Amino acid sequence: MIASYIINVTFKKTRYTGDAFIIRPKAETMKLKDINIAIIRIEGTNCEQESYDAFKRLGANPEFVHLKQLLHIDCIADETREILDYHCLMIPGGFSAGDYIRAGAIFAARIKSQLQRQLVEFVKQDRPILGVCNGFQVLIELGLLPGFDEIIHPIPDACLYLNDSNRFECRPTLLKHENRGTCVFTAKIQKNEIRLIPSAHAEGKLLFPLEKQEQYLNKLEKHDQIVFRYVDPEGNYAGYPWNPNGSPMNVAGICNPQGTVFGMMPHPERTYYRHQHSDWTGTQLGQNIGDGRAIFESVLAYLSKKF
Amino acid sequence: MYLTNSEKRYLNLSIFRLSGAIRMFEAKVTVQLKKGISDPEGANTLKAIHLLGFTKVQQVKTIRTFDLIIGGVDKNQVKNDIEQICQRLLTNPVIHHYEIAVEEKK
Repeated sequence: MIASYIINVTFKKTRYTGDAFIIRPKAETMKLKDINIAIIRIEGTNCEQESYDAFKRLGANPEFVHLKQLLHIDCIADETREILDYHCLMIPGGFSAGDYIRAGAIFAARIKSQLQRQLVEFVKQDRPILGVCNGFQVLIELGLLPGFDEIIHPIPDACLYLNDSNRFECRPTLLKHENRGTCVFTAKIQKNEIRLIPSAHAEGKLLFPLEKQEQYLNKLEKHDQIVFRYVDPEGNYAGYPWNPNGSPMNVAGICNPQGTVFGMMPHPERTYYRHQHSDWTGTQLGQNIGDGRAIFESVLAYLSKKF
Repeated sequence: MYLTNSEKRYLNLSIFRLSGAIRMFEAKVTVQLKKGISDPEGANTLKAIHLLGFTKVQQVKTIRTFDLIIGGVDKNQVKNDIEQICQRLLTNPVIHHYEIAVEEKK
């Protein structure tokens, strides 16, 4: 028993070494089908199939990657993957690890345990990371968002706390696009445009340390990090039920100062087609383009230009 | 033979314990919400308590405790370890504050 333990330790796989995995920028723009996207899942994630389909339908090359494949735990050599082999990461929604301790805390701790250096490298190379719903909670718990001064804060700067209603709020929500052009995920959405994207969460209220709340919100505004805010049909910042969780300033989604790490509570992958909107029977389907599709299109456009 | 990480950790700990260098401690971590953070769970519980007829109850707070059994060289080192655990996983400093009590396990 002990002998085998020692052998195991001695022959431990060599991990990330530095620049071995850096993808060099090419002269011409990359083809869509060469864009590799990792959709990371662990027990309890959901909507990964919709996210996969959204990227696949737009012509990219998404792949489901279990976190253990990245951590090299309990999987054979063929199955192991490296974060830096991908151009974009997506953390889907759900209830990862049963939402134990706090929503997203365990997922974030597992990522932080071994992948922190690679993740910093990933963000430094301006590769985008998208977190939706539970994915947003993971990005906050990881310290990647709001990301004011450094890429990953060792201790989270913010928190997504229980909705004011203390209930799971599940309904279509209206989002006003507020970003002035920093966020790479919303480049194809006009400023002040209102989009219908459904929300489904119990912990979506963005909180900063109470004594610094004002200061942090101003900082977000100043650095153009606020991407979406909840509004009513007239475009006013309204309270419950238009704002399902009581977030200050009606914030629904934020990005880091570089605009490459983006987290939002509502689910854009659930309105990829117009026929997925709850009111589609009363309107024309047209080209059948849903309000959430632009987010995936924007990031793919960014990636094909960038790499 | 292939061992998973948790098995390795357990084996590691057992080896140290047998050698006598490691003592075992029981720790209690109490995690509370900071002042000014709303406690919808407590408020809802209070409502239900009132509905049951106990109208004299004025406030309900929800507090979480984690009991840990942990090996270490001495109390201070164990406390440091748990502090790390709290900061990195059990609490979010934006909304929580925590207390740690450590006792040696007999």
